[in-house]
Amino acid sequence: MVRLDGVGLRYNNGPLVLEDLNFALAPGAFRWLLGPSGAGKTSLLRLLTLSVRPTTGRLSLLGVPIEQARRRDLPPLRRQIGMVFQDFRLLPHLSAFDNVALPLRLAGRPEGQLRVDVGEMLRWVGLMRRAEARPAELSGGEQQRVAIARAVIGRPALLLADEPTGNLDDAQAIRLMQLLAELNRLGTTVVVATHNDSLVARHPGRALRLHEGRLTEEAAVSVTGLATPGRRATDRIA
Amino acid sequence: MASLRPRGSDDLGLRRALSDRLLPLLVAAMVFLAALAMAGAIAAAGLAAHWRGGAASLLTVQVPQPEGRAEAVALVLAHTPGLTTRRLDAAEVADLLRPWLGQDAARLSLNLPAVFEVRTDPVTGPPAAQFDAALERAAPGTLVERNGAWFARLVALAGSLQACAALAVVLVACVGAAVVAVAARAGLAARRDAIEIVHGLGATHGMIASRFAGRVTLLAFLGALLGVAMAVPVLLGLASLTAPFQAQTLAAPAQDDPGSLFAALPPLLWELLPALPVSAALIGWVTTQITVRTWLARLP
Repeated sequence: MVRLDGVGLRYNNGPLVLEDLNFALAPGAFRWLLGPSGAGKTSLLRLLTLSVRPTTGRLSLLGVPIEQARRRDLPPLRRQIGMVFQDFRLLPHLSAFDNVALPLRLAGRPEGQLRVDVGEMLRWVGLMRRAEARPAELSGGEQQRVAIARAVIGRPALLLADEPTGNLDDAQAIRLMQLLAELNRLGTTVVVATHNDSLVARHPGRALRLHEGRLTEEAAVSVTGLATPGRRATDRIA
Repeated sequence: MASLRPRGSDDLGLRRALSDRLLPLLVAAMVFLAALAMAGAIAAAGLAAHWRGGAASLLTVQVPQPEGRAEAVALVLAHTPGLTTRRLDAAEVADLLRPWLGQDAARLSLNLPAVFEVRTDPVTGPPAAQFDAALERAAPGTLVERNGAWFARLVALAGSLQACAALAVVLVACVGAAVVAVAARAGLAARRDAIEIVHGLGATHGMIASRFAGRVTLLAFLGALLGVAMAVPVLLGLASLTAPFQAQTLAAPAQDDPGSLFAALPPLLWELLPALPVSAALIGWVTTQITVRTWLARLP
């Protein structure tokens, strides 16, 4: 599903922001992505969304070796990857409905079928009444829910989230984690970057921990939120 | 190809990024200039053909003190094979001299020369020296003015004008393409975030480029229609001014007769004018596709 062998990343001619990353995620795996600010979490997520290509090493996503992939192979691959951005990245001129519908339209889904699915998804995130509102008319939490709906509506094989609960209240955060757990149970590989220790503590699972661009450990995280290297833990989220 | 939104919608916000004001007006100005240049090229080609075909073989024969002598010259002209001759009457001679002698040349009691307009056949017409000698024998002092050399120069001038007009059309097309490229790049800069988002969601380069190209093609086409609409009245006005000089080939337009208005411009120009919006749309589409795809090539 996801495999990194000696992967490094630098922007332009700057220093390496990611260095010698080695790990693999099986289909249906769950990982927290932890580390202090500047550790390289967002850069790793950008690699996994194919927003950038590795400077060194080999990256394989959904079974496709990226360094060998032709340019035209990448769009279908990207459609199988859902991403919840920290800054939402919604299209400001489109309504909430059209933002959520975007991945399905890109995939060529018929309009009639699409409307049902988008309506259902907006209902699930509690935004059915705000379907025609544009992002500027929505609160931060509502925008984040639109971003989440857009990320998951295409049933992606790989779902990545950068601080997905940052603008949500507790109830919404719990519902989001339930959704992520359900998608994970259905076979979606999920990686969630967060600083929220209490969230991690409530949902123990394995974690990738970054420090200064290097993977310091891949460990299970207990209910106390502390990493316990070497401990065998389930590959799915609790 | 999948569309990002239902037909007619504005996926990438291009209605604001590629305004329906500036680009169509610039394209309209380009097409206006192209239409004028095309009309100039066609007119120059027509004049060159006219001069090449007939006027170059025209001679003017002047007989000073024509009493008794003009008839002798007329006799020579009539009996020389390969000539078509016409003697200008007194009114026509007065017309020719009006710029120098004014309206009332007849009152000056001047002894005006007899003037013959002679058209020579390039094959059967007489050699110049032999012809001049025959006229000199008939009426000493007779002047023969050959227009061929002047018309050869005029034909060369018309050819140069035609080439310049064609070059102007090409330059206008290049400037139009540059204007479209600048507009497309401005649109890309304005919608950079939106493009990166849809690119990240799996939009192909072809999808994104086609959205830009569709918008630019529409604006270029509408702008070109406006340019043609602006050019036609100007061309008709110019045609009415030049009609007296082209009386043999074109009719002067009459304001109340649409058929006459249509006939005032060369048929080739009427055929080419509708091609301008199509050409502008094509240039817009191709230029935008190249510009957007080149820009997108920087994305991973």
